[in-house]
Amino acid sequence: MAQTAVAGKQRWWDGGKSPFNVEYGKLMMWYFLMSDAFTFGAFLISYGTVRFASNGWPDPNEVFSSVPFMGHAHMPLVFVSIMTFILIASSVTMVLAVGEGHANNRKGVMKYMILTIIGGLMFLGCQAWEWHHLHEQGAWWGRNPFNNFDGSPASTNFTNFFFTITGFHGFHVLSGVVINIIMLIMTWKGVFDRKGHYLMIEKAGLYWHFVDLVWVFVFTCFYLF
Amino acid sequence: METFESVKQSHAEGDGHGFDRSAIWRTFWILLVITVVELIVGMFIAPHFHSLKIWFNVLYIIFTLAKAFYIIAEFMHLGHEIKNLVMTIAIPALLFIWFITAFLWDGNSYKNLKNTYDPYSLERTTTPVQKTAPAHGHEAEKPGAVH
Repeated sequence: MAQTAVAGKQRWWDGGKSPFNVEYGKLMMWYFLMSDAFTFGAFLISYGTVRFASNGWPDPNEVFSSVPFMGHAHMPLVFVSIMTFILIASSVTMVLAVGEGHANNRKGVMKYMILTIIGGLMFLGCQAWEWHHLHEQGAWWGRNPFNNFDGSPASTNFTNFFFTITGFHGFHVLSGVVINIIMLIMTWKGVFDRKGHYLMIEKAGLYWHFVDLVWVFVFTCFYLF
Repeated sequence: METFESVKQSHAEGDGHGFDRSAIWRTFWILLVITVVELIVGMFIAPHFHSLKIWFNVLYIIFTLAKAFYIIAEFMHLGHEIKNLVMTIAIPALLFIWFITAFLWDGNSYKNLKNTYDPYSLERTTTPVQKTAPAHGHEAEKPGAVH
């Protein structure tokens, strides 16, 4: 690929060769992720629109200030930073699994896929705790116990958007974990060794990184702004 | 079929720099450092400068886009694909520029219209709740005066 890309004189659209130079399934995964990006984009932009249309909004430093086993200690953004770190780390193990797949190293792929799955489950566990904690404080769809920055009463827009968008993202993480488990079983059964390549791991990897990518935006929109 | 085989082949052989581990770890450290800086700003610096909130948001957007770039280019490997593929992803993504500008503008306009023509809504959404806002005691008489 390096040579063909560098040569530059390639006439990609004259037929007889793959104009995108990737396998069909991978290209379709990219297009699926594009459509998913627009779905998440629509969610986050509608959140932004409603927030721009509101006079006040709750302070994330007040809402997201709890950490498991720390009682009522005021530790803003600490827990969500742990969640972010877990997701970034699981993205790294996913890339390493793809790298092992390039080397056709079945054991290596399995090792890193297991680590990626553990990372995904840890993230889901953290999110379950966070939802549970907020629910105990009285937050849920249609209910918002938090006041705005300036002490004025907040509408339920904040909790509705928070639970819908983090829930939609969490559901993507769950699907990603299920896909990764299927990939792990297929690797273990030697399916990719028989095929002669590990391109399926790359496609699952694209989806997994996309979930990480969306979290970057969810993190900024809900916890920092 | 021959073409597909060659694509598969080039991927199976690896394309040199694409899956070099040091590049992966470098990306990991960049993402981690950006996230830590965001958290330090969000936790310790921004709360002391409420009037500069919009500039902190600009900073967060820059950091977020930087992280998105590294995830897409390195982890998702798009930076190492050919230009045709990069453009088929990047050009549709430009729609977001219009999408974000138009909708946030519209939200802001709706707020201004509401505040101008619906004074009750303005008062209801800007008056502190009495019981939970002792720090705003001097403003707490406003709802009493109206109700």
